[in-house]
Amino acid sequence: MAQGVWTVAEQRDGEIRKLTYEIVSEGRRLADAMGQELTVLLLGSNIREKASELGKYGADKVIVADDPRLEVYTTDAYVSVVAELAEAGEPAFLLFGASVQGKDLSARVSARLGVAVAQDCTEFSTEEGRLVAVRPIYAGKAYARVTFENSWPNMATARPNVMSIGEPDTSRSAEVVDGSFSLDDGALKTRVVERLKDESGKLDLTEADKIVSGGRGMKGPENYAILEELADQIGATVGASRSAVDAGWRPHSDQVGQTGKVVSPNLYIACGISGAIQHLAGMSTSKVIVAINKDPDAPIFQKADYGVVGDLFNVVPALKEAIIKMQ
Amino acid sequence: MNIIVCLKQVPDTETQIKIASDGKSIVSDDIKWVMNPYDEYGVEEALRLKEKFGGEVTVVGLGPKRVTETIRTALAMGADKGVLISEEALEGSDSTATAKAIGAAIKDLEYDLIFTGQRGVDDDSGVVGATIAEYLGIPQASIITKVEVAEDGKSVKVTRPVEGESLVIESSLPCVITAQKGLNEPRYASLPGIMKAKKKPLEEKTLADLGLDSSEFGESARKLKILELIPPPQREAGKIVEGETPEEKASELARLLREEAKVI
Repeated sequence: MAQGVWTVAEQRDGEIRKLTYEIVSEGRRLADAMGQELTVLLLGSNIREKASELGKYGADKVIVADDPRLEVYTTDAYVSVVAELAEAGEPAFLLFGASVQGKDLSARVSARLGVAVAQDCTEFSTEEGRLVAVRPIYAGKAYARVTFENSWPNMATARPNVMSIGEPDTSRSAEVVDGSFSLDDGALKTRVVERLKDESGKLDLTEADKIVSGGRGMKGPENYAILEELADQIGATVGASRSAVDAGWRPHSDQVGQTGKVVSPNLYIACGISGAIQHLAGMSTSKVIVAINKDPDAPIFQKADYGVVGDLFNVVPALKEAIIKMQ
Repeated sequence: MNIIVCLKQVPDTETQIKIASDGKSIVSDDIKWVMNPYDEYGVEEALRLKEKFGGEVTVVGLGPKRVTETIRTALAMGADKGVLISEEALEGSDSTATAKAIGAAIKDLEYDLIFTGQRGVDDDSGVVGATIAEYLGIPQASIITKVEVAEDGKSVKVTRPVEGESLVIESSLPCVITAQKGLNEPRYASLPGIMKAKKKPLEEKTLADLGLDSSEFGESARKLKILELIPPPQREAGKIVEGETPEEKASELARLLREEAKVI
């Protein structure tokens, strides 16, 4: 009988990423609701010492898979290890954060195990021992409440920046065990040959706590400088609407929206963005939305918590100044 | 190089999505159906590789008969053959079942590379590509913005943007690549292309043709069950920030963000 909540940690360069703490905290809540244990899988190389971090956030057990071939994520190696451990451990739930890696890994693990996976979920609960998940569809124009049938473990990924991280309890520690797995070199058909780091050093949009975003109203690429200045002041990452990206003003990786990135920051400041459905699809789970636009009828004002009707070329620099004054 | 491109039809992104009276599906009356935007990148990349290396591009689609139009669009863009997997028993299939049917259609074809879109803009799951790869026992490279096939045709280097960096990954062929925006600019079908497309072969397959048992497909076989569809969470109406001048509005906004919203 499938038992236990399992979550898969994500590490990069030996550091556990923030979204892992979100899914571990949520896993703890689900495990408590069902009176079961929370286990975290930690894959990497020379990664064992990080296991204690996971205990503080509620893991009862950490299964470590430590191997040089797991240092950098590859689908083949990680899927093989996670699937083998899951088949042996028979958890009820197997959860991941919905990062690029998490979605890639969970999709292939679900196929390997012959089960379904609910992707990019914003809410979890349980019903009679099964996972119930809520996830956006049609770019968030609707949400689906889903559950699983004949599908153990129930697999799901959680949208980053949505579920809250619990207070760490430094007195808590997890039992750390070494996972037993056999990784066949012949089965590893892909390898990372190069890593091209992002120059900006800013947080990726999907992980950013604050975003300042510009749309068609920016009128040209050089004007993004004023958004960069505001962003620097408040520790934000700069995003863009599809119009700006299609016009060549900003790179694809900056696009927020249905065919761009889905973001969920605490603060989203939309400058010169009218608020097309496709853009809203990418940022509607932001905690606080600010709109700055000179058109009082712009649809974005329907979704904004705070709206400023005005010329962004005046308002944005003034906002930066006002924030500096407040320090 | 023989390349297979999997595609699907989705509602145009302008569509107003309305939940139907059964509470579990959407109203489909006024929908304009288009090729899934991410699949377009797959078609385009396949055509570019064919232009470079020679070979054939086969497009595979699954769904009701109207999907034929979308397959024809890909043929008009320059693909050589189409396959439509269609029957009523497939309606309501989840990603697992969908991938199984597509995998079965592909497994007896000659292929060096398979493209899918990184996700469908209807279900937003992104699971079918990986599941097809698992079914066929080949590697996957998902969310890819650049493809470079080696001159000897035995391997491929792809680029995947992850948070804060881009990974260049080498994979053996054949493999499944799921296409991300930024991979290329899809071409428009030309008028001659549209005319030629009408004569290109487009086969239809049923589950029986693929040797599959229909009881494993459709609504009742779903492993991921939809309990209900609900409208998106409504945000409470916000406020328009007061002030006579931009400076006043900006000051007031800064104050609200710090004291009321507590986000800065």
